[in-house]
Amino acid sequence: MSHLLSLVIFLPLLGGGIILGLRGEAEAVARNAKWAGLWTSLIVFGLSLLLWTGFDTHAPGFQFVEQAEWVPVYHIGYHLGIDGISLFFILLATLLTPLCIIICWDQVKVRVREYMFALMVLETMMVGSFAALDFVLFYFFFEGVLLPTFALIGIWGGPRRINAAFKFFLYSLIGSLLMLLAILALAYHLGTTDITVAMTSTLSPEWQYWLWLAFFVSFAIKIPMWPVHTWLLDATVEAPTAATVLISSVLHKMGAYGLLRFLIPVFPEATAHFIPLVFALSVTAVIYTSLVAMAQEDMKRLIAYSSVAHMGFVTIGVFTLSQQGVQGAILQMLSHGIVVGALFLCAGVLIDRTNTREIGRYGGLAYVMPGFALVFMVFTLASMGLPGTSGFVGEFLVVLGAFEVNTWVASLSAVSVVLVVCYMLVFYRRVVFGTLVATDLRGLLDLSWREKLVFAPLLVLVFWMGIYPASFLDPMRPAVTALISRGIGGVAHSETASADVRLAAISAKVTP
Amino acid sequence: MTPVVFLPALPELFLALASLGLLLIGVLAAPERTAKGIPLLGALALAVTLALVIQAPAGRAEAFYGMFVTDGFAVFAEALVLLAAIATLLAGLRFNAWQGIDRFELPVLVLLSVTGMLAMITANDLISFYIGLELQSLPLYVLAAFKRDSARSTEAGLKYFVLSALSSGLLLFGASLLYGFSAGTSYEAIGHALVQPDAMTAIGAVIGLVFLLAGVAFKLSAAPFHMWTPDVYEGSPTSVTAFFAVGPKVAALAVFARLAFGPFSGLAAAWHDVAWLLCVASLVVGGFAAINQTNLKRMMAYSSISHVGFALMGLAAGTEEGLRGMLVYLGVYTFMNLGTFVVLLGLGRDGAIAESLSDLAGLSKTRPGAALALTIFFLSLAGLPPTAGVFAKMFVLLPALHAGMPGLAILGIVMSAVACFYYLRVVKVMYFDEPGLPLDADVASGTQQAIFALAACVVLFLCVIPGPFLSIAGAAAHTLFP
Repeated sequence: MSHLLSLVIFLPLLGGGIILGLRGEAEAVARNAKWAGLWTSLIVFGLSLLLWTGFDTHAPGFQFVEQAEWVPVYHIGYHLGIDGISLFFILLATLLTPLCIIICWDQVKVRVREYMFALMVLETMMVGSFAALDFVLFYFFFEGVLLPTFALIGIWGGPRRINAAFKFFLYSLIGSLLMLLAILALAYHLGTTDITVAMTSTLSPEWQYWLWLAFFVSFAIKIPMWPVHTWLLDATVEAPTAATVLISSVLHKMGAYGLLRFLIPVFPEATAHFIPLVFALSVTAVIYTSLVAMAQEDMKRLIAYSSVAHMGFVTIGVFTLSQQGVQGAILQMLSHGIVVGALFLCAGVLIDRTNTREIGRYGGLAYVMPGFALVFMVFTLASMGLPGTSGFVGEFLVVLGAFEVNTWVASLSAVSVVLVVCYMLVFYRRVVFGTLVATDLRGLLDLSWREKLVFAPLLVLVFWMGIYPASFLDPMRPAVTALISRGIGGVAHSETASADVRLAAISAKVTP
Repeated sequence: MTPVVFLPALPELFLALASLGLLLIGVLAAPERTAKGIPLLGALALAVTLALVIQAPAGRAEAFYGMFVTDGFAVFAEALVLLAAIATLLAGLRFNAWQGIDRFELPVLVLLSVTGMLAMITANDLISFYIGLELQSLPLYVLAAFKRDSARSTEAGLKYFVLSALSSGLLLFGASLLYGFSAGTSYEAIGHALVQPDAMTAIGAVIGLVFLLAGVAFKLSAAPFHMWTPDVYEGSPTSVTAFFAVGPKVAALAVFARLAFGPFSGLAAAWHDVAWLLCVASLVVGGFAAINQTNLKRMMAYSSISHVGFALMGLAAGTEEGLRGMLVYLGVYTFMNLGTFVVLLGLGRDGAIAESLSDLAGLSKTRPGAALALTIFFLSLAGLPPTAGVFAKMFVLLPALHAGMPGLAILGIVMSAVACFYYLRVVKVMYFDEPGLPLDADVASGTQQAIFALAACVVLFLCVIPGPFLSIAGAAAHTLFP
């Protein structure tokens, strides 16, 4: 049994411990902490690439499984494993961490050691929650994310950082505690907290409804879905760039991943029952937040709202329970992880130079920062879902999947594709085009080599996922198929699912 | 007549004699040598007692004609009390000298009080229980008022004394009712009489039980018998508060459990209700009242009330699993609470105890180690991973679910969300705020650092490997279920 997965999870923690133990002159400590953090995260990224190369694309079920007893009395185990769904989220987390360290290299000036420690702990918790196959273990990682993020926002954030940090923490905490309650109830019913066992057992529908709701609220806060998205705006606006990127790129995905990993396979009947609710919330999110995004003057807020809209797409795709929809949703998540992260990095590049988030203060940057304008354009277009970029494939598949299930949902979500174009293009135009009026913008420097280094892999990935998505879609296919058959079973069995949903499910079963 | 068996009570006897011996030494030896010598000798005596307790042959043993009983359950509770007492004696050395209360009576009183606690835990008769209880309480009154020239300290002592005397009265009244209806004071006799009581006996015994448990709940500082706690915690010297926060609670909960599963097992419905009520009230009162506190000791007082609520949840479940959860909770509580108070013992500013929330501002810069340890303890108190507090909560919530009390479990979860807010606020002050005036350097000592570092390690370790501790607690709980 290989321990590669454990290594990927806990190596950052080890690195963090070493960083915390650094002693000496303040300047040397800061420099060493940065290098130690960078090297640790790069090694972790390398190891996670080994996970990808060693991953058997055609095998169903979990791979790189590690299992050990933790609390034998309650059958709580240390159970890790990845399938095609979790693989790419782990890669996303391990890729973005070193990039965040590089981008914040000169930004963080106070308490660098603690900053790196928080980032390392955060990486452990993020990767761990994508690999955990035990509810309690998952809860540990899921909740473990809160504290480093709380510290990152609260110590290194903007002027209203303490308010934002508390809002983030308490919002997430309410969700997590609901989940803890649901996990306890599950442990009580199943006699174990092993997720693989829960995935194959059947619970009574009444219990499923309650537990589904508890889990759903928790994940909805993390995703974040409308109307529990308000923490995101404060958190992303106030957080330092690295934390903003990790929150919007990886933390949101933990919520959506939770939907795929727990909600659908463990509570299939309840899922079928609540599909209309999720669709209603998601469509509202997609349209409402897109409209709100149009009115934003703060660039970080605008991107945050666009992020909520995109995640609305993801939840629609997940709950279509069709092969295209779910795969599209996962691809959309990965694409969103890269694109929204890159957009926040772009915003960070500007904020670093001018210290303002106000869109109206910019204009005509194409004259002074041509390289930046190009990079920014690629990610703007990817965010709008231009064919050839990563955003297109995911959105297309999601809409395709949605049409099979519910024409209204599909049409309304397609409307939002137009809305995204409206606000993203306007945003881009106001910042990059036009005349260079403000005098203080004339002296801005174009991208430094460090920033180019960060954007390069993201650019490659955007085009890779847009042009040849098969490298990402193939490994996740067996896992998605298994997930859908479990989910469809729930829909077919559910007596409470609305007629058209059930019909769609049955027709999907007939023509796989 | 059979000869007196006393060997099973060896640890208690040793401790009683040791405290008397220390008293003699304290009186006869020169004061400048006793200030430091007596606490160290006292800690040594406690350590020897701990070794005697742990080394005692396994299994149930009675002594003094059945007045005294020792078993795995008693060993577990006694070990916690002794550990807490050793830690507070050692950690308080520097603090007491700094506060001018480094008199030899203090450790002697702690030792006497611990003797009383051990007697309570091992009592198998209402009379020996009451003697133990009073032996525990009397030194505590004096300890609370130990800083004689401080008005707050004397107020704390007096308040504790008056209210405690009242509760002892209630307890005695309950005990006499029980005696009247069961014609015996030994736990076996009471249990025997209450197996299938007639209607009259049942009513009378229930009234007696309620009075008795009310007295125990007072010592436990479970709501609604908690009114004294914040004032006494705040007024007493911190080194005494640290002892208050752990020892008496462990002893009182152990007595509660022994009574509940022993003599009162025939009245399960009655004591279930009492435990349930105390649990709910403590959770709510402790949780909400702590929100507005700016004095750390007061905040910890309310926090301890809410933790007693959690421990009682295990008891309210009324099962062996629940009792195991309660023991685990007590164990974890001992470490995280002690650790917190030991950190606080090292904080002073301009010769005064730094005990308000704002005194902690910027602690992460001035004393990173203490701030990190305190963060770990508060995370654990809040029940957040990666600390032992999560498992402690889980192991009392699960039995509550198993026993068909989902409402209690939900309340527990809700209250831990509330608690997170005020624990987190302390973390915020330590990490996000800028440091104020410098802290006094001469209060902190290496001993304190070693103790809170050890406690923090234990809290983290019990999260990574909770299994063995759970089985130890399980074995201890099992001894109450023959």
